[in-house]
Amino acid sequence: MKTCLIVDDSAVIRKVARRIFETMNFKVGEAEDGEKALTACGETMPDAILLDWNMPTMDGYDFLRALRKAPGGEKPKVLFCTTENDVGAIARALHAGADEYIMKPFDRDIVTAKLAQVGFHGEADAA
Amino acid sequence: MTELEFDFLRSYLKTRSGLALSAEKRYLIESRLGPVCRRFNLAGLGALVTALKGSRDLALERAVVEAMTTNETFFFRDRTPFDLFRDVLLPEAMARRATQRRLRIWCAAASTGQEPYSLAMMLQDAAARLAGWHVDLVATDLSTEVLEKAKAGLYSHFEVQRGLPVQSLIKHFEQTGEQWRISASLRQMVDYRPLNLLHPFDALGTFDIIYCRNVLIYFDAPTKGDVLARLSASLAPDGALLLGAAETVIGLTEKLVPNAQHRGLYVQAPAAARAPAVRVLPGLPATDPGLRRVVGL
Repeated sequence: MKTCLIVDDSAVIRKVARRIFETMNFKVGEAEDGEKALTACGETMPDAILLDWNMPTMDGYDFLRALRKAPGGEKPKVLFCTTENDVGAIARALHAGADEYIMKPFDRDIVTAKLAQVGFHGEADAA
Repeated sequence: MTELEFDFLRSYLKTRSGLALSAEKRYLIESRLGPVCRRFNLAGLGALVTALKGSRDLALERAVVEAMTTNETFFFRDRTPFDLFRDVLLPEAMARRATQRRLRIWCAAASTGQEPYSLAMMLQDAAARLAGWHVDLVATDLSTEVLEKAKAGLYSHFEVQRGLPVQSLIKHFEQTGEQWRISASLRQMVDYRPLNLLHPFDALGTFDIIYCRNVLIYFDAPTKGDVLARLSASLAPDGALLLGAAETVIGLTEKLVPNAQHRGLYVQAPAAARAPAVRVLPGLPATDPGLRRVVGL
């Protein structure tokens, strides 16, 4: 089963995102900031990461830079998911190693489309 | 709405836009035409029918037809037809037109522009190879309202996140407030024109590649057959026609056949394709099953 780590300091966002990923047959883990996410990735590297930008302790941008330097850290597909939606922020995120970028607010269609963009094609091939 | 009124609207829409509504689609008429009644200060669908029968109010006629069209679309919808364009159709058409250096492409149900702009982005990515070429990208739709949106090239936060890779977003769009506007260079590549597929379209000329996706599904079989036959007439002998995933030519026209390798791709039936095939390989009989592969599709 594919695994996904949802990194967001909002419990509501984590809950909404979890529901979407679970219907796409992902096994979902959660982290509420970049530091906890890095610890989680040190234990098991997920296949995909949905990543908020602004979080306490360690933000999404710093997490991503640390992740890409960590052993095995190049493997997960990272989808930034943030209210930071100006072109400059998107370019910075891509430069730091993000695979896709979701501007909040998002819905199921957007997440599904963005996951397809990075090679996860929904329920059909999940079995 | 009485049965008579429902029957009138069904046949009215069938004549005007080809829309074939089955008896259980009553709800669709009620939900889509209710707002039109309010906009034109008509008490209800009964009053609407009376108005449509009474006199020719072009604004009302257009509003009724346009309200009943489905405009759902998104960038690179279904992905495969666009990968096919980039990897197969465009390179092969360029090889065949190397002398003329001219390509003509038509999006026959362009809706709000996502399909023609997806093709335009791919053409722009191939700009180096297309230097010195003349490429016509014609995009038509029945609805003038959606064409206005297409020409403006302004898309919501949600529209640009369905199907469009983020790299393409930052490369081809600029943010204007809450919306994203596609670049002027892409807007200039597309020639938008209003067109009802039920009416003659031979004046548009002949095309090398036609995208006509997710519009035939709304027509009944005779209308599908008629539109497909005329699409065949507007398609170059070695041209390519792309239909939607739920559409086919089988049982509807003899003039087009599915391509064996690529789902959704249709080419001229061997008889229609005979002339250029014979020119390519004079020894081959026109009915040879390998012919289409030889011709390049």
